[in-house]
Amino acid sequence: MAGPSLRLKDHWQEQRLFLSRIIAAAIIVLLLSVALVTRLVQLQIVDFQRFSELSQGNRFRIEPLPPNRGLIYDRNGLVIAENLPNWELVAVGEEIDSLETTLLALEELELVDPSEHNTLRDLVRSHRGFERVKLSNLTEEQAATFAVRRHRFPGVDIQEALVRHYPFFEASAHAAGYVGSISAADLERIDRSNYTGTSHIGKTGVERAYEDTLHGKVGYRQQIVNAQGRVLFDPTRENRAGGVSDVSGVETKWPVPGDNVVLSLDMRLQLAAQEAMADLRGAVVAIDPRNGDVLALVSMPSFDPNRFAAGLSRADFVALNTDPDKPLYNRALAGTYPPGSTMKPFLALTALQNEALSPDSEAYCPGHFSLPGQTHRYRDWRPQGHGNVNMHEAIVQSCDVYFYHLAVALGIDAMAAGLRQFGFGAPTGLDISGENAGIVPSREWKQKQFARREDQVWFPGETVITGIGQGYALVTPMQLAHAGATFAARGQRFAPRLLIGTEDAVTREVHYPEPTSLERVVEDDPVHWEIVHSAMVGVTAEPRGSARAAWQGANYSVAGKTGTAQVIAIAQGERYREADIDERLRDHGLFVAYAPAEAPRVALGIVVENGGGGSRAAAPVARKILDAYFAAEGYVASEP
Amino acid sequence: MSLASLEWGRTAGTGRKARGFRGLVVDVPLLVILLAIVGIGFVVLYSAVSAETPLLLRQAMRFGVGLASFIVVAQIPPRYLRIFTPWLYLLGIALLLVVAVEGQIGKGAQRWLDLGFVTFQPSEILKLAAPMMVAWFMHERRLPPTFPQVIAMVLIVLVPALLIFEQPDLGTSLLVVAAGGITILLAGISVRVMLGVGALGLAAVPVVWAYMREYQRARVFTFLSPESDPLGTGYNIIQSKIAIGSGGLFGRGWLNGTQAHLEFLPERSTDFIFAVMGEEFGLLGLLLLLVLYLALVGRGLYIAADAQDTFNRLLAGALSLTFFFYVFVNAGMVSGLLPIVGVPLPLVSAGGTSMVTLMTGFGMLASIHGHRKLLAP
Repeated sequence: MAGPSLRLKDHWQEQRLFLSRIIAAAIIVLLLSVALVTRLVQLQIVDFQRFSELSQGNRFRIEPLPPNRGLIYDRNGLVIAENLPNWELVAVGEEIDSLETTLLALEELELVDPSEHNTLRDLVRSHRGFERVKLSNLTEEQAATFAVRRHRFPGVDIQEALVRHYPFFEASAHAAGYVGSISAADLERIDRSNYTGTSHIGKTGVERAYEDTLHGKVGYRQQIVNAQGRVLFDPTRENRAGGVSDVSGVETKWPVPGDNVVLSLDMRLQLAAQEAMADLRGAVVAIDPRNGDVLALVSMPSFDPNRFAAGLSRADFVALNTDPDKPLYNRALAGTYPPGSTMKPFLALTALQNEALSPDSEAYCPGHFSLPGQTHRYRDWRPQGHGNVNMHEAIVQSCDVYFYHLAVALGIDAMAAGLRQFGFGAPTGLDISGENAGIVPSREWKQKQFARREDQVWFPGETVITGIGQGYALVTPMQLAHAGATFAARGQRFAPRLLIGTEDAVTREVHYPEPTSLERVVEDDPVHWEIVHSAMVGVTAEPRGSARAAWQGANYSVAGKTGTAQVIAIAQGERYREADIDERLRDHGLFVAYAPAEAPRVALGIVVENGGGGSRAAAPVARKILDAYFAAEGYVASEP
Repeated sequence: MSLASLEWGRTAGTGRKARGFRGLVVDVPLLVILLAIVGIGFVVLYSAVSAETPLLLRQAMRFGVGLASFIVVAQIPPRYLRIFTPWLYLLGIALLLVVAVEGQIGKGAQRWLDLGFVTFQPSEILKLAAPMMVAWFMHERRLPPTFPQVIAMVLIVLVPALLIFEQPDLGTSLLVVAAGGITILLAGISVRVMLGVGALGLAAVPVVWAYMREYQRARVFTFLSPESDPLGTGYNIIQSKIAIGSGGLFGRGWLNGTQAHLEFLPERSTDFIFAVMGEEFGLLGLLLLLVLYLALVGRGLYIAADAQDTFNRLLAGALSLTFFFYVFVNAGMVSGLLPIVGVPLPLVSAGGTSMVTLMTGFGMLASIHGHRKLLAP
């Protein structure tokens, strides 16, 4: 069949060509299929484990379950710090139609602070999906206000959270401390993962020192979430939603609550001390001489630790921090004061220890003292003098001239060593931080302290005034109480402690650690102790005792020593304020004591700032505290 | 054998009949495999859309329209298809221009045309019209084509491809190029020309790159290193690989795929449905689907080999191979072998006009096979 045109095609050849192409194509198809199958085998067989794990990680969200913070009790089981439920207003950005309108409406109901409008708006927007963002704390009343209007606010909800509460308010502030929002600095010193879900951390006092004990261990729960973060299944809530049929492998690890701690504080004594110090500035520390238990630790003025736990605004914090009375300042641990005559019993014992003086030898006190060959007069507090006084009388009447002689006889280095053995000049080893070391001056100390050669020279006159606790010497109320307790225990020293027991929150077992003994005061002669002790009893009991007025009619015996520290300049770098210059230039009153004298159970260190002297200001405070303490204990005086 | 005998096969009741039951032309093996794939597709889609009925109904309607188109087209003798070809091609080009001028905005790209009762993408027409036009062009010419003829065919393909690329729709324009290109290859251009075109193509890469949209370039980057942007453009492919990989050999079971059900997997009812299947039915499920696809392609190639003129051969071969190309590109991109180009899994992915287009194409295959003239042995 010969066609007329050139278009004549060779069908057979074309078909062969086409067939070969089809076969080539089929081979390519098969090769590509093999490549695809290889890929699938790689994904689904070879890498199955990895992708399976990735898939698990995708659908599980780990939500931290923060532990409940341990409670703080006083030695009698009174609660000092607890966790109270609190209402929080929270928002879920994903479920809110108009964030702006919602916030304005909430502000109108006074549930959200309008001044934080922009902050909150940005906060909610910065959280993706279904995360809950806290808007504010609510009072019971506010929570109720919101509850009845909840339907108007999709995406806004109230939830319960625990907030730290201190039922003794100001009274426990400086001992137990407080918790506050975790700061960048806090993050540096903690195991971050154990604090996921926790917003607060111990900032001061016991709350800080025993943070690890109180905090507990964080737990977690796995939730099944979708890609937007909406929780579809939560094993702890048992709600299943949207097509989740396979919930195997959803784990929950419950948190381990923090241990409760039992403090040495006796809140009755603490409250008595607080009350005795009302309207005063200063500090009281009470220690059990038998084991170092801190029975009271008061620094006045104080503050309400609950404000920190609830969240203190910047302005309120600045106001507290710049208050001229410095309520945040822990005077009991960090306040350093010239000890004045409170040093006399310790120096007297040191003199006996070193056999520098005979207890019976007398010194004549004309009302002033001069070093040999010098004309400068060191005054006695009593201008007319005390006449001839022995050691006993010198302590009872607080004769300065006697102690000028004693200082010269001992020399500065022996005095310094004697004071250090009672714990002065170094932190006492209290189990919470914030202690100041104070100063026990000596030749060596002065060399280290001053840079200029001419300032490093120790002058004999400096030895003289150290004999009555003036000059460079500085002590903290904690050191004073610790030294008093050490004296009461005849040289046996215990590190002061606030924690006396930890209670396992789960098993309820209480563990009481042993008190920590410190290097004791090496003075084996009981006569020496007795000489100074009886003089200290005389301070409160004998007719010429400097604290006798304060203890008239007491049904228990007290050994004590008053002290008066002259305030020459404004102490502790406080701001110079002309309006209170007179009041603030008055003397500090100090008192160190232990009672009952015959079998001491409590030692006191007291400082009343600008109180006008130990006898007038500090001893009456001690009387009130000890009266309250023994009244509560039902103390019956042993008949002499 | 006379030319008159060419009419012989049309005489009813004589010789072998390639016609189906009740006088309808339906290629039974083709239809059976199609139904099997679409059936599996529905099962997977049911899970992917979380049993959402309206979506399933819409997909069923699309399949219904597709099946109707398949049957109607199968009854049209191929020579009429050939005669219509230029008009269909020109209509497609015209509609593309209309879309480019005043098309509606859909997914940020101008692709959709609203006809009042239905919206569709004119680019779908070109998926069929481009290979048809190439086949039409070569039908009366000698194979293999001369070089000027190759240039002409390349232009036939490139004009609509560029129009679609400008929409911009990289995926569809690639498919049009693939369909047309496969037809040209089947036409039998010499190996030398093939290599030359290949070299030209390589040389064109930088030019194409210069004209690519930002998101298209991002897709290429994402393909090269998906982990570099896990929450952005790399998210899809990472989640898709997790879905397939975690399916393992047997899968997690129907409706149990967490990647899909917890919405980690994007586009799970459309472009990424292959991953849903991989997660829930495992490697075995995917292999079954691939085998069915290959059977379909095999049947198509058989029809092409058995076809009797150039137009039919080229069209049947091109449609079959293009179909495989769809499968390979989709499965390849979902499993991370290829960059993400937005190509649906044929017959399984929900949406678009692609189901109708595909079924129409298979209708042409059935027509080519059912209307072939049986020559005496």
